[in-house]
Amino acid sequence: MTAATRTNTWLTAGAWQRLFRDRPVIPLLGLLALLVVVSELVRPGVVTPGWAAVIVRASVPLAILAGCQTLTMLTGGIDLSVGAVASMSGFVVATMLNAPGTPTGIVVALIAAAIAGLVTGIGVGVFRVHPLIMTLGVSLVVLGLANVWQIQTVTSGLGVAKEIRTLGSGLAFDVIPYNLVVFVPVTALILLGLRRTGYGRLLYAIGDNPVAARLSGARSWQILIVLYVISALLAAIAGFLYSGLTNVASVTLVDTAVLPSVAAAVIGGTSILGGRGGFVGTIVGALILTVVESLLSSLGYPEAVRQVLFGAIIVAVAAAYTRVTGEA
Amino acid sequence: MPVEVAGPRPRDALASWARRNAWTMGLVGFFVLLLVFTKAIQPTYGSAGIQFLATSVLPLALAAVAQAVVVIGGGIDLSVGSMMALTSVISARLMMGQSDSVSVAVVLGVLALGVVLGTINGGLVVLTRVPDIVVTLAMSFVWAGFALLVLERPGGGSAKWLRDLVVGPLGNEWIPKALIALIVVVAIIWIPVRRSRVGLSIYAIGSNQLAAFRSGVPVGRTKVFAYALTGLFSALAGLSLTASTGIGSPVPGPYTLLSVAAVVLGGVSLAGGRGGIVGPIVAVVILQLMRTDMTFLSINTDLATVAQGIILIGVVMIGTLVQIRRARA
Repeated sequence: MTAATRTNTWLTAGAWQRLFRDRPVIPLLGLLALLVVVSELVRPGVVTPGWAAVIVRASVPLAILAGCQTLTMLTGGIDLSVGAVASMSGFVVATMLNAPGTPTGIVVALIAAAIAGLVTGIGVGVFRVHPLIMTLGVSLVVLGLANVWQIQTVTSGLGVAKEIRTLGSGLAFDVIPYNLVVFVPVTALILLGLRRTGYGRLLYAIGDNPVAARLSGARSWQILIVLYVISALLAAIAGFLYSGLTNVASVTLVDTAVLPSVAAAVIGGTSILGGRGGFVGTIVGALILTVVESLLSSLGYPEAVRQVLFGAIIVAVAAAYTRVTGEA
Repeated sequence: MPVEVAGPRPRDALASWARRNAWTMGLVGFFVLLLVFTKAIQPTYGSAGIQFLATSVLPLALAAVAQAVVVIGGGIDLSVGSMMALTSVISARLMMGQSDSVSVAVVLGVLALGVVLGTINGGLVVLTRVPDIVVTLAMSFVWAGFALLVLERPGGGSAKWLRDLVVGPLGNEWIPKALIALIVVVAIIWIPVRRSRVGLSIYAIGSNQLAAFRSGVPVGRTKVFAYALTGLFSALAGLSLTASTGIGSPVPGPYTLLSVAAVVLGGVSLAGGRGGIVGPIVAVVILQLMRTDMTFLSINTDLATVAQGIILIGVVMIGTLVQIRRARA
């Protein structure tokens, strides 16, 4: 290899690295486009507006759950209680279908979720319990209490309200999922909050260097308490959408989405060590995971193969990030 | 003039041993209290209860040991439950209706497989430099997927000798075979490792990776070794699952997260480098006995789950507070 070509390739590689490091969304969108093309190639005619609508509809609740992970991971934490909180919220609303009505149910569920988030936040922020352990413990508590609630209300009617079903699974003009009505404002709030507010900056700051943040006057315990309450509220909203999407009310409904939500955030370029990442990447990550899942199931692969490939993709993408950013 | 004795005096050695193992001793003391309490609320609790306790905690106890090894080394393995599922279904499928000699080969093969799985996990962590939690989370999908490929639904069978190894009493009705199996397995594998150079290296990289590297510890190799050991213990846990239930199930149980909880309750720091193997095992036994007590007190099992969560949070909070206080003092 001559010196000239070496310099040349180094330059291109360097440019790519910089692009990947500074704007991870662009290569991720490329990956998403590639996956869509592959979907079309393996089963011609499958990519239609209707298909896109179904993909988006399935990605929205996952993206919101992954938003919980993104926000907590920015501070160097993780929220494993999103599954329990989301399931509980969807379930509580369903149990109040007949008696106090769905709007009351939504309020009650949001309050319950906020309390769970408050407990998590106090544990992580004030008592400095490792977020992994704290959210794990809280999810046990929430799951148990939701089960108790289930036994208490077993006699009353149980079902997902029609409005929530429409919101979670309906398509306007067969192409626009109604759950975007929830998703767009939530996304706007998260993006503006992270980019334009001091609070968002503080999240990055305490994740990047907690000591420096503390010495600059950030009260990390207050930030963390607010963070985990926000995360729990987001999880509750995702829970409503999941119960509407599946028309199921169960205290374990969202459990299987917890690990994919972490995966979506990681693929989207958020570092689990804190201080790096954003919500746009996470949304693309959720879309990528949903397209991969739909692609594999349309190829008729069994669930087993899907899981194996799922894991392999996460490792590959995370390794690519580490390679180009020089850090994890 | 009295002669100075080299090395610590016996009393000092005892004191420092007690200080280092304070948490474990506390757990053992709590376990004894809990046993007394159990006997008080349920006078018929006796050898049968002990037998049941030992058999039912065996898989989780081995999972906790698996998790403890890697956490001491500064990592975490979220694929323990999936590795257990994979090794369990493979052993159940291959042992079903086979002769004893074949099943012995299967058991040895599955243990070797556990080492391979763990080595792959550790190798990926070291080679990609992706955080442990992400790699093992992703690998948990992979191993669970392979488990589903081996057996689509719970099935298979266990060799009778394997079942006899963990179910039932040994000689005295008060001595469960499961307990003996646990002690023997852990002693054979962990004690030589702990006393060797590589065992010390595991603690070193968990305590301070950079300092360990500068002291000449091969960080990468040690980490892979710790993960391989975790894989081996996960395979043992998977085998014990097959042995005690008689079938293999491809769906990972709650073992991954419970093993993390048990490790923390057992006094192993999630930051690495601190703790031992006995603490997590005792913690697992305590958690199980508490569940039993709650059924004796006819407390709803769901409230038992709540209690488990509260205990987990509470103990960790107290532990952290003590550490913060000690750091300030």
